[in-house]
Amino acid sequence: MTGNEAIAEGAIQAGCKFYAGYPITPQNELIAYMARRLPEAGGIFIQAEAEVSAINMVFGAAAAGAAAMTSSSSPGISLKQEGISYIAGAELPAVIVNVMRGGPGLGNIWPAQSDYFQATRSGGHGDYHSIVLAPASVQESYDIMRLAFYLAEKYRIPVIILSDGMLGQMMEPVQFSSLSVHQSARKKTWVLTGCRGRRPNIVKSFYMQQGDLEKFNLLLQKKYGVIQQKEERCESLYLDEAEIILVAYGTMARIAKGTMVQLRAKGKKIGFIRPITLWPFPYNIFKKLNVSRKQLKILVIEMSYGQMLDDVKLSVNGKFPVEFLGRSGGGIPSEKEINDKIKSML
Amino acid sequence: MKKIYSRPASLRDISTHYCAGCGHGIVHRLIAEVVDELGIRERIIAVAPVGCAVIAYDYWDFDCSEAAHGRALAVATGIKRVRPENIVFTYQGDGDLAAIGTNETIHAANRGENLTVIFINNAVYGMTGGQMAPTTLAGQKTATTPKGRDVLREGWPLKISEMLAGLPGVKYLERTALYSPQEVIKTKRAITQAFKNQMDNVGFSLVEILSPCPTYWYMAPREALDWIRDVLVKEFPLGKIK
Repeated sequence: MTGNEAIAEGAIQAGCKFYAGYPITPQNELIAYMARRLPEAGGIFIQAEAEVSAINMVFGAAAAGAAAMTSSSSPGISLKQEGISYIAGAELPAVIVNVMRGGPGLGNIWPAQSDYFQATRSGGHGDYHSIVLAPASVQESYDIMRLAFYLAEKYRIPVIILSDGMLGQMMEPVQFSSLSVHQSARKKTWVLTGCRGRRPNIVKSFYMQQGDLEKFNLLLQKKYGVIQQKEERCESLYLDEAEIILVAYGTMARIAKGTMVQLRAKGKKIGFIRPITLWPFPYNIFKKLNVSRKQLKILVIEMSYGQMLDDVKLSVNGKFPVEFLGRSGGGIPSEKEINDKIKSML
Repeated sequence: MKKIYSRPASLRDISTHYCAGCGHGIVHRLIAEVVDELGIRERIIAVAPVGCAVIAYDYWDFDCSEAAHGRALAVATGIKRVRPENIVFTYQGDGDLAAIGTNETIHAANRGENLTVIFINNAVYGMTGGQMAPTTLAGQKTATTPKGRDVLREGWPLKISEMLAGLPGVKYLERTALYSPQEVIKTKRAITQAFKNQMDNVGFSLVEILSPCPTYWYMAPREALDWIRDVLVKEFPLGKIK
């Protein structure tokens, strides 16, 4: 199946019961798959009249207690930012899939990774974060949906999946999981069900009285601190012996990893870090790198002009040189370009 | 002695933040009375707007959600589809429903969502300081039409209820007003009908209520009621539209 279909099937098997979306390339297989499969699986599918409506339908469905999701691609995700901010402010669980394409503006429909800042730095207004997950294969696109719904519910937070046009369109075999879906032990006492036998519930992000919003924001910050402590995830290879560590995520990580394997076969000491959570960014894997290794250099590779680069620099904090290779707007750094860049660094 | 009039159970005993002569308090109470009378307090879920009634949930004693400005009917669609056994309504002003949320309004109506909409038309933006609304009358002075609304520049008052009447998914549309006790009683009757329709799975029902905003009409409360009767109803005629 395609990466887009794997995300849809992964979501359904993870317990997604509500999907609202709007067609946009290159994620159209996802909405079509949901239209076909979600009702069969006992869920609700709505083709919304607009991206803005889709994310607000997700807000309503989440407030009513459903595991809810929407998907789009870059320009559509920009339109959803208001809704994501409200979801963060109302502390609702929701999953938002961004199959990234080229920008700015209408850009083009080719794969890109230029929405990293938007996803990891709030995107909408206000001091909030979404958890951001980046799969790098069709199998992982399927697998990561369980994690996405689990984290969304555990922390009552928007979870963004950053895929891209390459990963979304690519076909690979997928092994379905036989594990049962995690059921949250916590009872959702905040859900709108009608106030039978209890005090009324209110789902809101509005705090009019002076001081109330600051108190609420401090609670959010505390939650984000816990997530940063507990939820960093990454894949890493050959860090102890590496002279150059390649850092990439998603589609770019696959190409970088392929290059690494070839160069290692030739005896070059190349290591590899692939962040899986982009927020919280896996700072700790960089902190653990041995400072006494004067030889070590880091190469960040992205389908953007250097967005994750900022997080790597913050993590490394000047201890090692950090270099960058990136293209965006349809261009993808090739193995040859990566090889040439590495040669210039050795 | 027999008690014949009291605060509805669905209305909390707190002081109002609305201006003197505002219609929101009347409609909040009417909704609470209807919810009590239909026995649906434990089934109802309200969606509050952005605008003067943003904290409507502080007055009603039942489950409520907020919605971003204009998005109430998208949020309500999500809630109702997940919980068809609940009774879901939106409470929206003219800016929310007929300007920034026009898209959500038309498409929720066109899908025939089994929802109830209480639409407060007071021909002005109240919360933000009396700017032009889509329903502001020709010539009406507001903060953003200081010389009066010029229809050739700012367009005509938008009759969204009449626009919605052509959609097959819309089952009930009525325009009422609050300018006299008789009209308030008619408004309550219309609200009751709109909720009953949802309970009977009839489909999309909307009650448009012409409501006074003395503050931004720059009138005394009594004058504001007379202005609805003498002027506003000429642009927005009362009665059942569909």
